Amino acid sequence: MTTALQDNPTEVARSTTEQAAATAEKSLALSVNKLNVSLRHAPYMPILQDVSFQLRKGEIYALVGESGSGKSMTSLSILRLLPDALKITKGSIALPDTDLFSLTEQEMGAIRGKKISMIFQDALTALNPVQTVGQQISETLKLHTSLSSTAIRERTVELFAEVGIPEPEKRVDWYPHQMSGGQQQRVMIAMALACEPDILLADEPTTALDVTIQQQILELIKKLTHSHKLAVLLITHDMGVVRQTANRVGVMYQGKIIEQGNCGDFFANPREAYSRQLINSLPDMDDYLPLKVQQPLLKVEDLAIHFPVRKGLLQRINSYTKAVDGISFTIGKGETLALVGESGCGKSTTGRAILNLEKVTAGDIWYNNLRLNSMSRREMLPLRKKVQVIFQNPFSSMNPRMTVGDIIEEGMVSLGLKLSRTERIERIEALLARVKLEPDHRHRYPHEFSGGQRQRIAIARALAVEPDLIICDEPTSALDVSIRAEVLDLLLELQRELNVSYLFITHDLSIIPHIAHRVAVMQGGKIVEQGNTEQVLNQPQHEYTRKLLNAMPYVY
Amino acid sequence: MDFEIGPGLLNESVLWTILWSDVLIFFLVGAITFFILSLKKNPQNRERWQQVFSTRLGMSSFVIIMAYVAVALVDSVHFRKALPSIPAAAQWQTSEQVFYSNEVNSLLDLALGEMGEMPERTYSAPFALKSWNKENLLLPDGERVRDYPELAFGGSHLDNPEDFSRDIVVNSLLGIAKGLAIALLFIGLHAGWLKKNGSGTTTLQWRAGWITFAIIMAALGWLVTMGNLYHVLGTDQAGNDTLYESLKGIRTGVLIGTLATLITMPVAITLGLAAGYFKGWIDDVVQYIYTTLISIPGLLLIAASVLLFQVWINNNPDYFEVGLEKADAKFLALCFILGITSWTTLCRLLRAETLKISQLDYVHAAHAIGVSHFQIIKRHILPNLSHIIIISFVLDFSGLVLAEAVLSYIGVGIDPAMASWGNMINMASTELSREPAIWWNLCGAFFLMFTLVLSVNLFSDLVNDAFDPKTKLEAA
Repeated sequence: MTTALQDNPTEVARSTTEQAAATAEKSLALSVNKLNVSLRHAPYMPILQDVSFQLRKGEIYALVGESGSGKSMTSLSILRLLPDALKITKGSIALPDTDLFSLTEQEMGAIRGKKISMIFQDALTALNPVQTVGQQISETLKLHTSLSSTAIRERTVELFAEVGIPEPEKRVDWYPHQMSGGQQQRVMIAMALACEPDILLADEPTTALDVTIQQQILELIKKLTHSHKLAVLLITHDMGVVRQTANRVGVMYQGKIIEQGNCGDFFANPREAYSRQLINSLPDMDDYLPLKVQQPLLKVEDLAIHFPVRKGLLQRINSYTKAVDGISFTIGKGETLALVGESGCGKSTTGRAILNLEKVTAGDIWYNNLRLNSMSRREMLPLRKKVQVIFQNPFSSMNPRMTVGDIIEEGMVSLGLKLSRTERIERIEALLARVKLEPDHRHRYPHEFSGGQRQRIAIARALAVEPDLIICDEPTSALDVSIRAEVLDLLLELQRELNVSYLFITHDLSIIPHIAHRVAVMQGGKIVEQGNTEQVLNQPQHEYTRKLLNAMPYVY
Repeated sequence: MDFEIGPGLLNESVLWTILWSDVLIFFLVGAITFFILSLKKNPQNRERWQQVFSTRLGMSSFVIIMAYVAVALVDSVHFRKALPSIPAAAQWQTSEQVFYSNEVNSLLDLALGEMGEMPERTYSAPFALKSWNKENLLLPDGERVRDYPELAFGGSHLDNPEDFSRDIVVNSLLGIAKGLAIALLFIGLHAGWLKKNGSGTTTLQWRAGWITFAIIMAALGWLVTMGNLYHVLGTDQAGNDTLYESLKGIRTGVLIGTLATLITMPVAITLGLAAGYFKGWIDDVVQYIYTTLISIPGLLLIAASVLLFQVWINNNPDYFEVGLEKADAKFLALCFILGITSWTTLCRLLRAETLKISQLDYVHAAHAIGVSHFQIIKRHILPNLSHIIIISFVLDFSGLVLAEAVLSYIGVGIDPAMASWGNMINMASTELSREPAIWWNLCGAFFLMFTLVLSVNLFSDLVNDAFDPKTKLEAA
């Protein structure tokens, strides 16, 4: 690792002269030298090991890695806001003129917000819900500048205009919940920029956002980097985001920076195997699954689900939220239909309606020739084993107080599969082996497994009752990129072997060619376009599909 | 419920008397033990309890709580002694027929020796040899004087009052030595057992537990030895030994804490879960019930119910053979009423948490694999609420012990026939206004109650830290 660091300047020099000149021009804004962080009560367990990098003005430095690799701890160390359980053991972090570790806590308070500011992943939780967004920005300004209150308001409006919030004069008086996710993130950026800092730390700023908005925010950060001569530390796990925005890249793995370099060089020519794995984890977009022609297994006709909006003292139904508004599609045996759309478009509600967990307002759901949506809980029982589900978040989809064996067994018991206890155990062990886990794992509890392993357990649970159709509700979006591919491959393999059908609900277009035979694009409760994957992705007919495709980050 | 047993353990025939509260306390102890054992199965829970007991404070306060529970249990085995047959009445009865005393004793009385059977005439100060009040005395020479009379039992073994201080030192050392000897025996046995069975890597603070146990045993040894010779904490207005009354009050205190909390639990858990899980009209009904209940002052409701029950007891004297049975029925009614009026907070907490959990993916997944409502509640929701239930159980306990004192003070609490700290504190209100003040009566009740409530509170803090997922998150 140290060699990689020493190599770095020479390597920059070796790369194209143009780039070298550009880098030299940019002056240093912050340097991190051999930073070591460990757990306070277990000093032999390093969280960060000899982390060194520099941030330069007008440049975006991307720190990439999987969850738990120490990216966020690095940015918290810069602000000296590490959690109490952690301790900096060695190294230094310095601005060009000051060493941050030699400052008192009070002096550090002046640096935070004024010189270094931060954008968080989830804007809604980072904003105070009971204050208007304008007030929250003014607070930062009041703290660090001596402007009058009218000047502060003017400055706030100016900042809002700069980060691209429409009607800034009006919206400074809005509350956070009145704004969309993208606008909230813009407010966060405006707040970070309020005191014209030199350095901006952005910790996964777009992970919680939809693709189209993600692109807009990244463009904004890029623009501001140049116009304000900011030095940006962009923390992300998404290689597509890195490719689009960063000037330089550092790859973090288990608390170390294993490789760093210019963005172009890095993607063209990654040196470490792990970096290659990260880059290749983005699925190939040209490889489509062959189409299958099958008789339909599931047929959805004009499905509509409306939620009543109640208002007033008597809770009268005032109007309806049309979560799903008249959609139709079919899924054949052994086929995968991907249901794509941004958050709130009604994809998950559709999935829940098929499971008969949601009351259907209008339309029909046919399974083979049985109408699902009028069935009672009891009538549905024999069909439960035919339709199964895998959820997005592997941490909330399993009861933390049951062993893995019990979790998988539950369905077999409740659906009355006539198996003896030993047969069930055999079956559980076979299922665990099938999803590439050890048979012994059935005695363990979910918290002992990583996210990817848990998702495999969830798959095993769904398979336990031998279903014909599995509804996969964003099964990979909570997973790290390298694990995502493994889970997708497992799903594909199971489809080939068991001929199950999938309804694959996702917001991530990049994995669709890999997994789906057909695609349906959803917007505002309606399907705007559906067809074969290849056709929809290559010749999108609807404007919204084109917008989604354009927003998708590419590596190549 | 009485049943006869011939001469046996006690060398004279006794009538074992089982009060309803005795049945309940043993049933409860069994249930709690079963519950704890069932928790042990889950490694997550085991880890959390381990966290509680790997602090010195946790281990010590637990040992103290257990000491209280042990005293309460020993005090819950009741019997009535046979009365010595009166020769004059022998002609009226067949030879086998035995009459039993109206006084109900417990195993604790046996363990304490004669402490409960040393009535004086009225107040006497701790370790006093003479009464607190002057009386008219007839001297052997026939002269009448007004002076402090000698106590009938306190210090009556002394031949010469000059030996007083020497006697105290000797007997104190003797008592402490006895207590320590018993403690060392048990600690030795336990340490040996640990060496044989337990792994050496355990982080449990056994030493703190042993030290606490030794201190408790030494104190008990001292109290029992001295209590049989003197009135260690003096006597009250009726001449009863204060120390004895305070020790008898332990059962009442512990019982009211556990019983009332455990009456609360099923109501709160059933209604809270039903409201949170089924929502809709069930939720509405439950919410209306508890908002109504909350809006009535609790004290008023309790006082009204207790007085109603008192009237019922007075109208049906046939149901109760001895005074203690009557007191016991009133006591149970009080526990029941306290429980019924204090389930609302827990119910609201559980409803909110159930609402949250029933939206989680694993509950949806359970619906999708066709698990029945009952099984979902039993397997997926209830175990994930257990931390709230445990925490509120321990917290409510100390609150209810204190509530008993308040209720007795305003006169709707425990029947005076039953020893209780509340009644002792109630009496103290007039005693403290005397000059010179009589402080020991309040002191005994206060000290025992204080120790119990403090150790329960300390213990509950630790349980809270170990079980509350929020504190876990902050630590991470």
